[in-house]
Amino acid sequence: MCDTCGCAVTTGHGRINGQKRNGAQSEGERASVEVLSSLLAANDHQAAHNREHFRRHDTLTVNLMSSPGSGKTSLLEVTIDALASQSSQLRVAVIEGDLETENDAARIRAKGVPAVQITTGNACHLDAGMVHDALHVLDLDAIDILFIENVGNLVCPASFDLGHHANIILLSATEGDDKPAKYPVMFRAADLVLISKADLIPILGDFDPKMAESHLRRLANAAPVLQVSTRQPETLVPWIAWLEEMRQTQREGTDLRSRVLTGGTAFHQAG
Amino acid sequence: MHELALCQELICQLEALANQHRAERVDLAVVLVGPLSGAEPSLLQSAFIIARSGTVAGTARLEIETAAIRVLCKSCGSRSEATPTNLTCRDCGGWKVVVEEGHEMILKTVEFTRATAAMAPDARLSEPIGLGDQDV
Repeated sequence: MCDTCGCAVTTGHGRINGQKRNGAQSEGERASVEVLSSLLAANDHQAAHNREHFRRHDTLTVNLMSSPGSGKTSLLEVTIDALASQSSQLRVAVIEGDLETENDAARIRAKGVPAVQITTGNACHLDAGMVHDALHVLDLDAIDILFIENVGNLVCPASFDLGHHANIILLSATEGDDKPAKYPVMFRAADLVLISKADLIPILGDFDPKMAESHLRRLANAAPVLQVSTRQPETLVPWIAWLEEMRQTQREGTDLRSRVLTGGTAFHQAG
Repeated sequence: MHELALCQELICQLEALANQHRAERVDLAVVLVGPLSGAEPSLLQSAFIIARSGTVAGTARLEIETAAIRVLCKSCGSRSEATPTNLTCRDCGGWKVVVEEGHEMILKTVEFTRATAAMAPDARLSEPIGLGDQDV
């Protein structure tokens, strides 16, 4: 892929780009220089490069983030089935991020869908370089929607732009309705919040979806909040509709950007 | 603990700047980190000690400036300060606000010591001062 577009920057930590510099003011042998560049300039550069790949190949890319065990992989399994039954026949692929094991990619491949597993070792998040490496293994021309399942972590992944178009954050009913207040940086980045394991809400009795949404609004985030349960396929209808609408919006040429908050650049525009 | 990844990026930038300005060593890096950036200042300090080791910034200090969160209300037009868990407008209580400040994560300024070689074309022959001589 990158042989054709000529890109050379591939792995994780590249060199700096896009710096604004004033001239150094020398004081004998000591000098100071004003820099004003993002600490994530190299990642942001790689992310912009990934985004260009997605644009050229007309692929919608969504980043799934949540705490471990909230049901990201299970949601992807039923989403693959649901999309297969739609008339739109969207073709999907998945990039899986975990510290160790190929388990999640194997679950996705069992559905007949291409999956690339990134094992990060001890790294707590995916970065744009890791995703770029994974893109080399995929045929983006044969993919309408690429799901990136980020490392289960409600803190670090929020800071790294991967070049994707939307952030989907899962909040499982068992985690408590105050999660958006506890992890504001992550939930501020949401373009869509899915309350997962929603079939458990009546059993738990202490999870109030309205309260979860109210915490999200206090973070000045207008993102829609949907309830889903992998055991109740009818709850997936609005989620599938959201995906198809995003895909259609992208096909119409809209430059979709996720609300990644990096280096002083705010994509956040409420309501 | 993505602060280590952030500090590794910071060191990459410091090395490039040192190279560009023919600096012998970096003495100080000043960064601005807003409360909504997702980076924790104390963890950044710890990570910087690890990341700087063996680099041109091996003895550099990291100074971290913090910032307030400021929001502009799209309903009433007022500007106010906010907290990380409550970004609503202080005046009207509305949540349709734009966060204008608070998510910064910026390398602001760098101070360094230049090798004497950088001062004059022929200075390479003179004895370098300071810690490193990697440019020679």
